[in-house]
Amino acid sequence: MARKLPKTDVVIVGVGWAGGIIASELTKQGLGVVGLERGKERKTEDYFMVHDELRYGVRYDLMQDLSKETITFRSKEQVRALPMRQYGSFLLGDGLGGSGVHWNGQTFRFLPYDFQIRTKTIERYGKAKIPDGMTLQDWGITYDELEPYYDKFEKLIGLSGEENPLGGKRSNPYPTPPMKKTPAMQKFIEAAKKLNLNPYMQPSANLSENYTNPDGVSRAACQYCGYCERFGCEYGAKADPVVTVIPVAKKTGKFEIRTHSHVRRILHTGGKATGVLYTDVTTGEEIEQPADIVVVTSYVFNNARLMLMSGIGKPYDPATGKGVIGRNYAYQVIKGNAAGFFENEEFNNFAGAGALGVNLDNYNGDNFDHSDLKFIHGGSISIGQTGQRPILNNPVPSGTPAWGAEFKKNSLKYANRVLSVGGQGSSMPFRHHFLDLDPTYKDTFGDPLVRITFDFEEQDRELAVFLANKSAEIVKEMGASHVDQLKELGPYDIVTYQSTHNTGGVVMGDSPETSAVNSYSQSWDVDNLFVVGASSFPMNSGYNPTGTVGALAYRAAEGILEYRKKGGSLAK
Amino acid sequence: MDTDKQGSGADRKDPVQEPSRRRFLIRSGYALGGLVVGGAVGALINRKPKAEANTGKEGEGTAAKVPANFNRALMFFTQSQFAIVQAAMERIYPEDDHGPGAASLGSAFFIDHQLAGDYGFNSRDYMSPPFYKGEKVQGYQGRLLRRDMYLIGLQEMENYSQTKYQKGFASLEPAQQDEVLAAFQADEVKLTTISASGFFNMLRANTIEGAYSDPLYGGNADMAGWKMRNYPGNQMSYTNIIEKEFTKIAPQSLQEHMAIH
Repeated sequence: MARKLPKTDVVIVGVGWAGGIIASELTKQGLGVVGLERGKERKTEDYFMVHDELRYGVRYDLMQDLSKETITFRSKEQVRALPMRQYGSFLLGDGLGGSGVHWNGQTFRFLPYDFQIRTKTIERYGKAKIPDGMTLQDWGITYDELEPYYDKFEKLIGLSGEENPLGGKRSNPYPTPPMKKTPAMQKFIEAAKKLNLNPYMQPSANLSENYTNPDGVSRAACQYCGYCERFGCEYGAKADPVVTVIPVAKKTGKFEIRTHSHVRRILHTGGKATGVLYTDVTTGEEIEQPADIVVVTSYVFNNARLMLMSGIGKPYDPATGKGVIGRNYAYQVIKGNAAGFFENEEFNNFAGAGALGVNLDNYNGDNFDHSDLKFIHGGSISIGQTGQRPILNNPVPSGTPAWGAEFKKNSLKYANRVLSVGGQGSSMPFRHHFLDLDPTYKDTFGDPLVRITFDFEEQDRELAVFLANKSAEIVKEMGASHVDQLKELGPYDIVTYQSTHNTGGVVMGDSPETSAVNSYSQSWDVDNLFVVGASSFPMNSGYNPTGTVGALAYRAAEGILEYRKKGGSLAK
Repeated sequence: MDTDKQGSGADRKDPVQEPSRRRFLIRSGYALGGLVVGGAVGALINRKPKAEANTGKEGEGTAAKVPANFNRALMFFTQSQFAIVQAAMERIYPEDDHGPGAASLGSAFFIDHQLAGDYGFNSRDYMSPPFYKGEKVQGYQGRLLRRDMYLIGLQEMENYSQTKYQKGFASLEPAQQDEVLAAFQADEVKLTTISASGFFNMLRANTIEGAYSDPLYGGNADMAGWKMRNYPGNQMSYTNIIEKEFTKIAPQSLQEHMAIH
């Protein structure tokens, strides 16, 4: 029997961006919050030796230990799903701050088109534009409704940037000015302008200058050291939950964080959540934490998995298209790139920051005409200067062997002579892309792993080549002597790193038939349960997801406070 | 923050060249000034330096004599296995006009040490059964640990060399060694227990890791791997050069940080 603890107002499962924001907002209003985090404590001091590419970038020091838990994957239902035994396609965060520690800090707002993608696609192109099997649906919220929450998140992190000429309307300018421009970024801007495109500085959560946020938290400016993605920031210049929301919540005295606490079930009876069951991984003890409100803020996969294992919400069935938990799993199309090799110029490729770059959205969302294209949506095209660390960055012109004298010669020559431009392609939902529980493989507790059924579609193949072609045009205009680009996308594989922008599984919407939560991330089935994160995206846009996760977390926090007062469904 | 201000002021032009992280942090008061910054940075600012670590550079203390490199001994391979690995890695990343190859950089010592620990035992990989042969897109599905794959792979390289050239791999001419490696890379060698190309790809990746990881892991001797490609290693800030044309910066390793402990 599990040991039962005293009841708390709110229990939060997973203390990353979503959990941290909600903890901060609720404790400020006087609610008692317990945060259960399966991993360990993290603090800035941990990153004293962080400029270690092997430890963090290659051996994944900050990531979830796959020996204890992973996912299984198959391209389609006819194939046996097998475990992801080693990291590849995406990296799962772990510990306090979650993926919010090892991210790059690229912080976008999704486009107004994204939130009403079904309606707007049909409006402009007719229903026939949506191919068979594409389970395209609106979000149940508009950009304008979400805008104030984006604004809050951006102020929290001190987002550095400049107006995107093709983005949604902003109520306020960016809290801090854009990052510094490198010669490579200048080249991209000039080339893009010559091509009549609209470049803008990438919105960056690596601060361009010292910043004090509305909570009174001060952080120092980024030093462009070139170690962001997969690394923690030793300066606290990169916004993460550990240096922003978590200390604010703790200061109220109302937030108790329990690390090494792995939540295994959401407990519920009679349509109400009563708390959670977790295992203290240091002792193996099973513990019940009762709560008035349960908030699930783990990563995409565990949000869906907890719902399925707890028997909340109808599991999605691809045969009928009915059911909601596991529905609309989506990813991204990240391989639409072009690399330019410059014979006569060198750049400081070793320097940079996770969100140092320039983007353009001329080929994102519905900012261009899709009438003659075999795909909808698009992707943001950018040049990034994130710091080319030497183990994982050895680009050589096509035709160079993968090893030996010529490889060495070219990899040394081009280390600081290559500039890459690439698209972050969106990902549309399909009826046969979904998450469910694997029938065979278990985690360290004996609970089933999540099973991913996913592959690239015609939509993705067309989009990838389109983005690669557009990227190549820009790199050529930048003056590259030699350009290599993607020619064909190929099947989705779990081996090559692509992006940790997995979405869906517990999607939001305005109907319980096609969504698991409403626009406050409140479960349709259990109204004192909120499931927050990119798991609620009904599709994935051509941007990094964290800005939208942050905005949805602020909205969920507001919903929870309202629910606390009035009860019932928050859906209008 | 008030203990040691004599080095402060933003008059220094090039903090990236500073050997001491602590000195940099004090001088970058402009970046941190007025802010209550905790964490690694705050902790460093309030520290007084102890003796310089084994950086071989002049410091506040007396110049330390650089001791012999005791790291260069074997934890896992036998001597003959080590000879094969070292020879193969040298062909993958050979010495040339630019500088040393994998052998003198220490890539073989690097992987020997790696295989003796977590990496060799696949400690953080999901190694639970059942094991099935998967599709290529599903990634590695074998039950063998990396250290086992190395032992098998090296034996197979040796067998192949003996069969084809009647000599062990380490004794072959460089061109012959290249032929053996190419045969593994292209899966022309048919193995039953492991994938020849999978083994080759691991060997290649480990060669690069050994050439370019921080010297603390036993490779990248004297940071020569970084020097060849103008990678500055562990630097605290590029703020002063980020907007500029290519700038050559002498590399630093993580050991720099030990100087202030």
